[in-house]
Formats: sequence, C-alpha cells, structure tokens
Amino acid sequence: MRHVSAKALEATDGVRDYLAAQEKKSLLRFLTCGSVDDGKSTLIGRLLSDTRQIFEDQLAALERDSKKHGTTGDDIDFALLVDGLEAEREQGITIDVAYRFFATPKRKFIVADTPGHEQYTRNMATGASTADLAVVLVDARQGILRQTRRHSIIASLLGIRHIVLAVNKIDLVDFDQAVFDGIVADYAAFSHELGFQTVVPIPLSARYGDNVSRRSEAMPWYDGPTLVEHLETVPVDEAALELPFRFPVQYVNRPNLDFRGFAGTVASGAVSKGDAVVVAKSGTPARVKRIVAQDGDLELAVAGQAVTILLDDEVEVSRGNMLVAPDARPQVADQFTANLVWFSEQPLLPGRSYILRTETDEASATVTELKYRVNVNDFAHEAAKSLALNEVGVCNISTRLPIVFDPFAENRTTGAFILIDRMTNATVGAGMIVHSLRRADNIHWQSLDVGKRARADMKGQRPAVFWFTGLSGSGKSTIANLLEKKFHATGRHTYILDGDNVRHGLNRDLGFTDADRVENIRRVAEVAKLMADAGLIVIVSFISPFRAERRVARELMPEGEFIEVFVDTPFEECARRDPKGLYARALKGEIKNFTGVDSPYQPPENPEVHLKTLGRSPEEMVEALDQWLLQRDLAQDQYESGAGI
Amino acid sequence: MNAPLTHLQQLEAEAIHIFREVAATFSRPVMLYSVGKDSSVLMHLAMKAFYPAKPPFPFLHVDTTWKFREMIAFRDRMAKERGFDLIVHINQDGVRDGINPFDHGSNTHTHIMKTVALRQALDKHGFDAAFGGARRDEEKSRAKERIFSFRNASHAWDPKNQRPEMWKIYNTRVAKGESIRVFPLSNWTELDIWQYILQENIPIVPLYFAKERPVVERDGMLIMKDDERMKLKAGEQIENRMVRFRTLGCYPLTGAIDSSAATLEAIVGEMLTASTSERQGRLIDRDEAGSMEKKKREGYF
Repeated sequence: MRHVSAKALEATDGVRDYLAAQEKKSLLRFLTCGSVDDGKSTLIGRLLSDTRQIFEDQLAALERDSKKHGTTGDDIDFALLVDGLEAEREQGITIDVAYRFFATPKRKFIVADTPGHEQYTRNMATGASTADLAVVLVDARQGILRQTRRHSIIASLLGIRHIVLAVNKIDLVDFDQAVFDGIVADYAAFSHELGFQTVVPIPLSARYGDNVSRRSEAMPWYDGPTLVEHLETVPVDEAALELPFRFPVQYVNRPNLDFRGFAGTVASGAVSKGDAVVVAKSGTPARVKRIVAQDGDLELAVAGQAVTILLDDEVEVSRGNMLVAPDARPQVADQFTANLVWFSEQPLLPGRSYILRTETDEASATVTELKYRVNVNDFAHEAAKSLALNEVGVCNISTRLPIVFDPFAENRTTGAFILIDRMTNATVGAGMIVHSLRRADNIHWQSLDVGKRARADMKGQRPAVFWFTGLSGSGKSTIANLLEKKFHATGRHTYILDGDNVRHGLNRDLGFTDADRVENIRRVAEVAKLMADAGLIVIVSFISPFRAERRVARELMPEGEFIEVFVDTPFEECARRDPKGLYARALKGEIKNFTGVDSPYQPPENPEVHLKTLGRSPEEMVEALDQWLLQRDLAQDQYESGAGI
Repeated sequence: MNAPLTHLQQLEAEAIHIFREVAATFSRPVMLYSVGKDSSVLMHLAMKAFYPAKPPFPFLHVDTTWKFREMIAFRDRMAKERGFDLIVHINQDGVRDGINPFDHGSNTHTHIMKTVALRQALDKHGFDAAFGGARRDEEKSRAKERIFSFRNASHAWDPKNQRPEMWKIYNTRVAKGESIRVFPLSNWTELDIWQYILQENIPIVPLYFAKERPVVERDGMLIMKDDERMKLKAGEQIENRMVRFRTLGCYPLTGAIDSSAATLEAIVGEMLTASTSERQGRLIDRDEAGSMEKKKREGYF
C-alpha cells in the first residue's frame, strides 16, 4: 500500500497539510452481506487492492496462501485476505465478521465483511449494528436467496437505511442486462416493505473488478455509478446531531469531594454550558455547570463526543440514568414492545428471566408475550411460542425496574438493547424498542393501607415460600403434605400449591414443552407471591426443572422469604417407585417431554435445604426441615425478636 | 446545525467510551503497557477518559528482559511523570532456565517470556479485564476480533465462538476466573495512530526516530546490538547506520529500517509512502499465515 507517492507529498505543503486534508474526509461504515459464495470477501479484497491498501509483504503472503488454500486456480484469491481465521481458510468460508479499513481521495471507510452462512447470522448482525450502509451481494446466477432476504430484513431492523444491491459475478451470465433487471425487480418486490431510504443496484464482477472502482466496458447498458463512486457520495447519517439531547451516564467520576462528574458519550443532540437538563428517571431538573475535558472545559458537546458533565446541584444520578433535554424527554417504562433477533442455540422462552442491557443500564427482564415470529421468506407473521437461533420476532418485554429509552426508529443509540443469559453470560439476543406499553404508563401501584406485615402479624407468623423441587416421584408431595400437617397442628396458616392440582385449573391451558413449563412456573411463582403477601406460609410442590425459572421465583420474594428445598431422589429410584405409572409410559415413549427421560432436570446449586431421601422416611425429611428452620430462627433471633414460623 | 465529529475525534471518543465502560463494570481491570507507540496512545486516552482523576487501574508491563534499554528508561520516566501505578512482571521460571531469543528461537522465547508471563501476571493479580493496544488493521486474525474479547479461565480465545457485539452495548459479564481483553484502538489504523501522536504531541520512545545506531544484518533484518548479550556470528559485522524502528519489541527480534526520518512529520511522511506493513519488521509473525491466531488462542495479546 502507498497512501500517497513521495512526489505528491512534496508537491503539497508538507505532511501536516496532507493530514489536515485527510482529517476533513468523512467516514462511512458499511458491511457486505448476502448468501454464501456470493463473493463478499472477494469484493472486499478487490476494494482493498484497487484502493492500494495492500502492502507488498501482505501481497506476498497472499500469493503463498492462494496456492495453498485458494479456490481461484492460479489467480490471487482475494477472499484469503479477509478470511483471517485458520478454520475459515481451511474450509473456504467466512465464519466471523472482519473489519477492514480503506480510503479514497474523498472518504474513509470501515467495512465489515460478514458471513453468509445462516448459522453465523449473529456475526452478520454484529457487523450490521454499527454500519450506515449495507452492500447486499447477489450471485447473478442464483438470484435472490433466503439469506438475501434474511440479511435484508436484519439490516432493516438494525436501522440501516441505505442498500447497495450488488449483482455480482455478472461476467458469468455474459453481462446480460435481462438477468440484472430480473434480480433488481425481484429485490424491489420484497424490499419496499423494509423502509430503506435508498436501494442502488449495481452489476459488477468482484473477481475481475468490473464496476467496482473501474467502469466496466462490457456493460454499455449500465449508466449508473461504480460501487466506489456510490460509496464516496452516499450521504453519511448525521441525524443523531439533530435529535433531542441524550446523555446516558456511564461512569461517575469522583476524584475528590468537590468534583462529581458524570462521564459518558453524548448519544444524540448537543448540550452547552448553562443548559437546563433533566435527570430522566427522577425528573429532577438541573443545569450544566461545566463540560470537562483534559484539554480545557468545553462550551458545547455534540452527539458522539465523550465528555464529563458537572451539574450545578447535588442531584442523584448514577450509571444507567440519563441526562436529557427538558422539553423533549425520553420514555421511562418497565414494559415495552420490541423487535428481537435471537442469537442462541437455546431458544427464547417467554417468562424466563434474562439480563437486559442498554448502553449503560442493566435490568432483569422477561418476555411477557411473544406476539409473532417473522417468516424471512415471505415476511408473514407466524404465531410462535419461542424463538429459535437466528429467528426474528416481535414481543412484549417487562423489566424489573424502569429503563430510559426512545423508540429505536427515532434513536438508534437509546432504542437498542441486548439480552444476556443469566447462567452462561452469553449474549443471546438483540432488541430494538418499538414503543412503550400504555399499561406501564397508566397502571400505577395502588397503595394499600393494610400491609403484608399487618396481615402476617394477625396470624402470628412470618410469611414464607417453601419451594420443593425434584423429579416426578421424588417424594415432594408426600413431604409437603406432612410439613403442612405439622404447621397446621401448631396453628400456622398455610397453603399447598401442588403441580398436578394447579394444572387442573389455573394452568390447564399449558402443556409440557419448555415454553409451557416456563409459563407454568411463572404463574405459580406469582400466585405464591400473592399468598405470601396475604401473610400465608406457602408450600409449592413443583418439579420446576429449570434453574432460570426457580431463580425468577426467588427474585419475586423478599430476601430470606424463599426457601428452596431440593428433594433429591435419584432417577433410578423415582423410576422404580413410579407411583403414577408415568415413568413406565415415558420410557416406552408414550409420554413426551418427561423430566429426566427426554427433558432435562437442572438440580439446584445452592438450595436452602437439601433432602437426600434415599433410605430415609418422609417423617425423617420433615424432621430435617424442622431442624433447619430451628437453626435459622435461632440465628435470626439474634437480630430481631419477631415471631418465627 | 452542529458540525459532526472528525474521523480522529470519533476514534478518540470511541476509545474513551470503552475505557469508562470497563472501569464502571469490572472489579479489577489492568492496562497492558508495552511501551510502544500504540501503548503511548492508549495511555494518553486513558488519562483523558478519567480526567481529572487518574486512571482507576494499574498498568502492567510484561518484561521479557530483552526489551531495548531505551524502552525501559522511557517506561520508568512515563510512570513517574504521569503518576500511574506500574506493575512489572518477569517470568522468573524463564529467567532461571535462561530462555533467550538467540538460543531458543523467537517462538519459544515469545511463548515463555511473553504469553506464559502474561498469564502468570493476570492470574497472580486476579485481573478480570485487560486493555491492550491491538488494532484490527495490523493482522488478519486481529481484524476478526471483538473490542470486548472474551477469554475462558485458561485465558484462551475461541475465535469460532465469539459473543455477538451489538452497537456500543458491550456484554461485560464474566464468571469467576474468566476475563475480557479489551481493545480500545480496534478501529484505528497505523496512519490514525501517527496522526493522533502528531496532533496531541504524545511522547514516544526515541527509537522511532532515525539516528545512527549499531546494527547487524541477520536473516535479512537489521538487528540492533543493544547490549553485550548479542554475540556476533561468523561473517557478521556491526555497522553504524541511520536507522529507526516502525514497531518495538524484544531487540533481537525487531528489525530496524534505514531511514533519515528524525521528526514526527518525517516519520508520517515516510509511512505515507511505505510499501510494506509495519509487522514486516517482526520476526515472530513471519512463520506462517496463522501464527498470530495460534498465539492469541494461547493467550498472547
């Protein structure tokens, strides 16, 4: 690569002038996407080569690699320039997104080369999330494929407004205009629904360079721009500057008692020293006292700038909150509708608890309703109970605490979030908020005069939820029953929620799929919570096979009120006892989704009480529970003298 | 309408955002300080990110004991001037075994004195996030890496199974023993680095500037004889040549280039007309195309 010839450098007024000119160039971030083997990596290799970004030593390595792994005979295989992972070169495919950098005399570019295989869609989404434009490649011989549609819909969901429809390998169809026109028409037929601002079709050959940076002589019928010409002139999105001021607080900088700075990146709009702002979550007004930077205070901070803001008042602001324009405030809500792209092999299950992360905030969240799944072929809305890997859907989400946001269509920075799995910490989904749900705005908590404490005191007891989990036939119901009898005999007010019984009423609409099991537990946990609120001692006896849902139940209750009891009976023993004859049928395949047989049971990691039942009677188990309670109350009595259970 | 940020302003803001994100979400971050120009830029950005406070994490230098003497002097001067908390780690097992680049080759030396040493230091201090100065334009496997790059409990990178990284929403959650390598300069190019050094007047090790230095031609590279540990082979001769370095590392593994560029402007001018990449001067990357990826999977930065 040579950025510039030595002579040109002398001709201009030295290095500083050259760099000053560089600095004025705008930056365009784009991605290449489309189906496997449509030539994405080859196109980027061609762009880098044509704009002379390849050094001699890199070219030498490329020639060596082309001989070893190349798929283009004696020619240089440009794809090997971007397929940087060993596995990619060996298999001749792109697995993960690669970022490449090049510049023309007019503009600087960061390009994300994204994989075409369906199984790596999440890596395509990664590349698309920070791009302003997508080059959608189509193999002229193949036309529009399923992945062309999927990538277009994901690009649209992620807020990309400019598309280049690159009809590649046009040389292999004899530069035929009819083929090109046909593909353009096919694409237009479905893309008009996707809300793109521009769709510019260009016929090209990445391998030979036709219409990439060099106008092709083989296609006199095409009079549009070359790819590079178009990339140099397409307007860069500066909409964030025009939007209302948003400043998500990232970090509170407190070097000494006199300095309390809110550090963050301006998400949109601008703020000046002296401006009035509002703390989004509390609505507290304040004024900007200083905008601090190392090189001296600023008068103004605009979208994209990372600054530290000092307010004139001691107002309560912490990470996750937002400083915003007083006259155009964002929404603050705990329920909203969102588009969701799912990234995990583990399906999205409504009711399961995930961690929702915005740019600086974090909250427990559940999908309360999956409204529909989008079929990527015809964009039809399909009813669904879960979202599988790479599927796209629309859902309602509820967070445990309100978050601050704008609709994604209005603000790409403050309208986005990711979902994280609680157990594995994997990023399992990406969401784009559509709107808040009126419910959250209008239904406020009704404050009641008779409280939980008053109800419990009248019964002379402390509310609790005993959550029995274990395999079918492990003895949960038997032990629960004995425990309730014992409580009852000592004048305690109790209630048992039994799995089988609840399925006859409240949950009779639910089956045994993973999605239904999650909902089953969610409902029971909510009922248990209400009963504990009424002052009762609740005994829940449910298989409740998944850790995630037991955690949801635990988090519903105040600290110490949820007592997880693991009724630990080995599978073989349960199957031998088989009190309802279910194991025999499940093992014969007559019952599907049976826990322990063809549906997993995840044992608790830290239950409050662990009952190993093998060789011991139910009475001994209740005795063990009783001992545990006694120990706990003794420990607690040191702090408070309230009535024990 | 307000003017949009320039290219360098955008890169600077992105890096500062990343620094703050780590400081806000990890319990024990550290910055890998390798003393080179990228580290100088990284340090400069860290100072900016937390101004007027000092960066709320220590700087770690993994010393292979074969760094240029001028690098060590520069490192100690910067630590004193900027007042950051400097941790120097040397793999004492490697010192005991006399591991050196001349007798053991670049691969073994780098693995033991750099990769293993780094893992030792991270484990010893229990760091859960480590900043590095790697850029995506440096090398093919780096072009594939996330800004927040997950490492399992044995510090290994699994390039085939990286976490999605959406927008600027970083997943900073790790389990005990796991960690994240963080690369604030991911989207910078070599030109951006020099341009920024020039714009911000950032101090760099004098070895980047041309000067007469004692060098030996070996394996097609110009190796500077930095101390007495380097023994001349038959037929080799020390000559004083006007040279400088495009990248810095262990002196026996780092090739100099003939140059008369003695100012920042001249260096940038030279870089703008260069026809080979900066890594060309590094012996350790030469073995084969996948060698960087292999090292990274083992925990190299």
